[in-house]
Amino acid sequence: MSAVVELIEARKVYGQVEALRGVNIAIQPGEAVAMLGPNGAGKTTSISLMLGLRRPTSGQARLFGLDPTDARARSRCGVMLQESGVPELLKVREILEIFASYYPRPLPVATAIAMAGLEEKANARIDRLSGGQRQRLYYALAVVGDPEVLFLDEPTAGMDVEGRRTFLDGLRQSVKGGKTVVLTTHYLQEADEIAQRVIVIDRGQVVADAAPAEIKGRVAGKTVRFAASADERTFAGLPVQHVEIADGRVRLLTNEPEAVLRALFERGLAISDLEVTGADLEDAFVALTARPEATGVP
Amino acid sequence: MSREVAPFGGMVAQQTRGEFLKLWRSPIFSIFSLALPVIFYLFFGIQNAQTFEKGVNIGAYVLASLAAYGVANVMLFSFGIGVAVDRGRKVDVLMRATALRPVAIMIAKLLTGVAFALLALVVLFLFAVVVGGLRMEAGQWLTLTWRLLLGSIPFLALGFAIGYSVSPNAAPAVVNMIALPMYFASGLFVPLDQLPSFIRGLAPYLPAYHYGQFVWDAIGKPPEAPLWQSAAWLAGYTFVFAAIAVRAYRADESKKFS
Repeated sequence: MSAVVELIEARKVYGQVEALRGVNIAIQPGEAVAMLGPNGAGKTTSISLMLGLRRPTSGQARLFGLDPTDARARSRCGVMLQESGVPELLKVREILEIFASYYPRPLPVATAIAMAGLEEKANARIDRLSGGQRQRLYYALAVVGDPEVLFLDEPTAGMDVEGRRTFLDGLRQSVKGGKTVVLTTHYLQEADEIAQRVIVIDRGQVVADAAPAEIKGRVAGKTVRFAASADERTFAGLPVQHVEIADGRVRLLTNEPEAVLRALFERGLAISDLEVTGADLEDAFVALTARPEATGVP
Repeated sequence: MSREVAPFGGMVAQQTRGEFLKLWRSPIFSIFSLALPVIFYLFFGIQNAQTFEKGVNIGAYVLASLAAYGVANVMLFSFGIGVAVDRGRKVDVLMRATALRPVAIMIAKLLTGVAFALLALVVLFLFAVVVGGLRMEAGQWLTLTWRLLLGSIPFLALGFAIGYSVSPNAAPAVVNMIALPMYFASGLFVPLDQLPSFIRGLAPYLPAYHYGQFVWDAIGKPPEAPLWQSAAWLAGYTFVFAAIAVRAYRADESKKFS
């Protein structure tokens, strides 16, 4: 079967900034793919190219083998975008009826409302919705056309824990039902819960494309900081993904902080002001991007 | 074979419904475009409903002026402020990612503009007839109505030009700053011969003045210059405003969708 979504050597330049630097992505029917990366990595730009909202500076984007702006391709897509809005003065049911008319075989509006858990707000005006309800409305708008592929750009942003849980459960149902899902997220955990495949994007490039478990094993889980007089050689042979030394302060990224520290003590390094914290996503990406040759970029 | 895209007519119908409800629920719009002409007619038109001056029914003259104000306002507000607000909320971005065709959005906006203009006219005309007791020949009503609609095209173009050029916050101020002085200086609120002479000198350069010539002619007041001249002015203004609108639209598109 041919790919649902394809980026071929896609580059995108905004003025002086190169947002995407030759990205190759092919997504097959039924795949659930998470695009993971820090802010400004190029996730939203990738989605915009896939949807034909923006044109690649060079390279190609294809949707169902067609130009992404082709109405036949878009009729098979549902979209949830970060930076977009709906008319505030309309009611939930009204905007869903309007969006349903864009698609050849839409779901009944009531079904879309139920899928998003918005039954109680069906007749509420959009300007009276909370942030989380608004996010659910965007989800309802994405599914009302009964699309084959769902594009979700940071779908859980602004949702509370409960809302996020319900949303992800619903999304898993869609994936089981055979929908292709492309979502972007900041959270590795979210990617892990939904996707069979994670594409990590950093500074406009695909730095990893693998199953979630494999990605998780590759990123650093912990940041270790301390003061010591050390240089790069001090850490030779230790399971660290990244080392930074500046002004007598050391910062390490590792999945095995205990082993690393034990080894350092055994080597007789004098350590003070020790701090071990969970690595945030930015740190985790340093680990992935620091060794691009080991990440299996095609 | 099953259809691959939704029927265009259904899209336009639903989109028009949405545009109409949006306008209908904006209080500022309903007040300025539907209520104010009626209120002005209550103050300035009713007592003159049966007054004639040099063969011109003053009640009809006031009605034509206020109808021109109302219709021009519908066009300026719905397209100027409506487009700017949609851009500000990035409504256009989400819709552009769907199978909705941009031309359907444009048709829906035009249909809504015409529908609202007709609504404003029906409300005002009914008020003038039922409450004010105004009487005109059927032919006059018809001529007045189509001239009001056709002559409003430059204001529609001006609305688009503003809507695609300015931010949503600035749009209401810009529209009012342009529109209110223009209506006033064109004689839509106060007859031209009661205005200071420098404004009278300025009036023949304004689109609303030439719009006025057409609608006043419809109720029996002879135009100050041949109507073809006013038609040429309106066409010229339409061309200029449309050119600005297209430029602004393209700039906005290339910023967001290129």
